[in-house]
Amino acid sequence: MAITIYNDSFNPYEVLQSYEATHLHSFGSIGAMSLFIGTMRDFNEGDSVKGMTLEYYPGMTEKQLDKILIEAQNQWALIDSLIVHRVGNIFPKEPIVLVAVWSSHRGDAFDACRFIMEALKSKAPFWKKELLNNQQERWVEKNSDGYQAS
Amino acid sequence: MSIKVRYFASLKESIGRSEDELIFTGPLTVYDVWQQINPDKPIPNHVLAAINMDYVNWDSPVSDGDEVAFFPPVTGG
Repeated sequence: MAITIYNDSFNPYEVLQSYEATHLHSFGSIGAMSLFIGTMRDFNEGDSVKGMTLEYYPGMTEKQLDKILIEAQNQWALIDSLIVHRVGNIFPKEPIVLVAVWSSHRGDAFDACRFIMEALKSKAPFWKKELLNNQQERWVEKNSDGYQAS
Repeated sequence: MSIKVRYFASLKESIGRSEDELIFTGPLTVYDVWQQINPDKPIPNHVLAAINMDYVNWDSPVSDGDEVAFFPPVTGG
């Protein structure tokens, strides 16, 4: 179980490969891994967005993410779980978040990955400030509900 | 007794500072903390509160040495 917050751009596949090599290479019981990667869009609320700044609350952010992973570990049969999240200045197409879950079976992996991502969206103290193509800056006021059809 | 009060994101910008120190005597709730530090500023809609990095309700009591934080709804991920 691990949480990493990066100030600079990260390659999610390299992070994943490195984590699996160092933490999971001996687990023959793994039968499923579920992965979510969130990347930055170049539009929001009908406007073109050319960048964003992600602020967080050092200490509380990690504490809340840790609680989310523990809740997932308690609710599903997981072998391991990982959250990686960006802060700082981010540009379109760059990864913002990675959630990975390892389990013996796909049901636990799929469901726990979704749960972790949705809990992160509603509980982890991160805040996005967008820079629009017209140079205007604005705070994102609310995350959408991931369970509603859009 | 004293506590540290912190603000984040759009709330930090609208208040114009990132933290305060509040010296107080007697029992105090999170709501009281806001009222004492920002007497002329109503609590903006949807602002969340935390004590020592855990979410709390507005009627939660604060203790000497606590870190109280106020911030808007979170928008990570």
